[in-house]
Amino acid sequence: MANEYRGSSKYIASRELMEIVNVAIALGKPLLIKGEPGTGKTLLAHSIAEALNKRLIVWNIKSTTKAKDGLYVYDTVQRLNDARFGDKDISDIRQYIKLGKLGQAFLSEEQVVLLIDEIDKADIEFPNDLLHELDEMSFYIPELNEEIKAKHRPIVVITSNAEKELPDAFLRRCIFHYIEFPSPEMMEEIVKVHFPDIEERLIREAIKKFYWIREVDGLKKKPSTSELLDWIKALSIGGIDPEKISKGIPFLGTLLKNEQDTQRLERFIMNQQGSYGMRRRFI
Amino acid sequence: MFTGFFFKLREKGVPVTITEWLSFVEALYRGLFKSSLNHLYYVGRAFLVKSEAYYDMFDLAFQEYFGGVKTEDIELEKVLKWLDDPRNKLPALSPEEIEEFRRKMEELQKSVNMEELLRQFRERLAEQKERHDGGNKWIGTGGRSPFGAFGYHPGGIRVGGESWMQSAVKVAGERKYRNYRNDLILDVRQIKLALKRLRELKREGAEELDLEGTVDKTAKEGGEIELVYTRSRENSIRLILIMDAGGSMLPYTELCERLFSAASQMEHFKEFRHYYFHNCIYQDVFEDIANYKRVPTEKLFINFHGGYKVIIVGDARMAYSELFDINGCIDYFYTNDKPGIEWLKRIREHFPYSVWLNPTPKTFWNHVTVNAIRQIFPMFELTLDGLKEAVSALTSKSKQIAN
Repeated sequence: MANEYRGSSKYIASRELMEIVNVAIALGKPLLIKGEPGTGKTLLAHSIAEALNKRLIVWNIKSTTKAKDGLYVYDTVQRLNDARFGDKDISDIRQYIKLGKLGQAFLSEEQVVLLIDEIDKADIEFPNDLLHELDEMSFYIPELNEEIKAKHRPIVVITSNAEKELPDAFLRRCIFHYIEFPSPEMMEEIVKVHFPDIEERLIREAIKKFYWIREVDGLKKKPSTSELLDWIKALSIGGIDPEKISKGIPFLGTLLKNEQDTQRLERFIMNQQGSYGMRRRFI
Repeated sequence: MFTGFFFKLREKGVPVTITEWLSFVEALYRGLFKSSLNHLYYVGRAFLVKSEAYYDMFDLAFQEYFGGVKTEDIELEKVLKWLDDPRNKLPALSPEEIEEFRRKMEELQKSVNMEELLRQFRERLAEQKERHDGGNKWIGTGGRSPFGAFGYHPGGIRVGGESWMQSAVKVAGERKYRNYRNDLILDVRQIKLALKRLRELKREGAEELDLEGTVDKTAKEGGEIELVYTRSRENSIRLILIMDAGGSMLPYTELCERLFSAASQMEHFKEFRHYYFHNCIYQDVFEDIANYKRVPTEKLFINFHGGYKVIIVGDARMAYSELFDINGCIDYFYTNDKPGIEWLKRIREHFPYSVWLNPTPKTFWNHVTVNAIRQIFPMFELTLDGLKEAVSALTSKSKQIAN
């Protein structure tokens, strides 16, 4: 199959995820991706576009985004302004209709990948307003009395951070996958894709420490993949000896971005070292 | 094809719908599944399960149906099965026996070492190979061994079944386990999610340009631009949370705390108030339970109009007199000239949008005071599902009748 997704050079996808992506493409169903921050939800869409050599259209959802914004916007204010002050011909409404991201994806001459990013940021009802459009891949513009129909069904990838619950009717129409946090082995592969030249021992020590920090109880924000990558980069540029990583945590600021978390980790280390830590302070 | 699997999933509690099943079957027919079980597992899951909370149940159903994937956590499950239908339920105890039982229980509670007991439990679980009823050593029903269900050992570990006298030192049983599996233990974030649905948007916010109104008005004025403003929409829900802080609520303190912190952290409501009561509501509620800072219940009716939504949290389980009698309050220093039930009725009358959340599971609700309160307030379990139902009951337009 020419249209088969097998991951891309910069993105390591698990076997099951690849299969699911392929089935979603074959059936033309939207793919809903959930998972911890930093598990590469958004990157997946980029990777699919890259691997299948298709254009990517990104629709970033904000708390104020309305479903209609994705279809088209009728710029009435501009038209009003032109009618009042301009000397343009305003009889053609078409020039004031601007297609949104979904509309662009529908009208594209070739199949595109449409990423609807962080759909849970919008209002609770937002996904419901898109049901018909995603099902039929068409919508109606009353101002023009025109039906916009997808020339090629776009590959739709939707990501969610689970900040709000998504409506059942919407979920029923999607194919769902929860990306788990990568295992240390997979993480090693991911890191190597990004930094092929960095010394293996450094990577291994860093990953070990990274998972250890993730285990610490009560961190407000656990460090995620992107933080690990930043950290390893910092370690490598700073020329840190892998020995040092197993003993302490240089450049902790790249991993923990929160003052409280840093203190929490320090306290945790103190407790673990127990009397030894005390002794070291007194000597 | 595999229709049995569909029912197995439903049986395990995965909310699969027919639409989802059909698209799964369609994919099957179109040959999108390479004929491997692994493939069927992962891709099938993507079709049929829409939340990671149900992954575990999907696993169990898949395991039972296809018998392929093996997991380790099946031990307790097996034990629960043995205990499922006790062959010999116990005869009812006489009052003297109950008294003796209670005495024995108190003794034992002092002497029993929980850790030792748990260790023995695990040991015996490992030794035991089959179902066991009666007797005093093995895990089973109706016996005097410290482990099992429907039995007489006062300080034992109860495995599944209902606790008759709340005697088990630790409930290692069904309810807790199932909750955990279904991910139904509520955390603050989940409660916030559920409460977000509690909203009524009204145009009460800041002023903003009303585009449609402006266009309309301008057109009517013949092209003379006329700006129209309107107020932005804002949630107009005002919520009052009234919580039971009585002794029987002690096991649920943490759960109630989570509900409270979720509701108070949310900047979602127009107004949020909270009060406490002790077992039942009388002429006062408390602003601060530790200091017994009272507010007359009457004040609630004066200060807050009937549009306020009221959530009462409590186990609704109390002595008969506490609900139905004058001066029935459990606190000796407190007198009430009207029985508690009158006050509850008045609250319901004044606040038609009110619900009762009960942290005890539904199977425990068959109790005289619980039933009486259910006649007044619609009652829901304090679980994720229950909370969702309660929220939709609170927001439904028509005044609901208590169930």
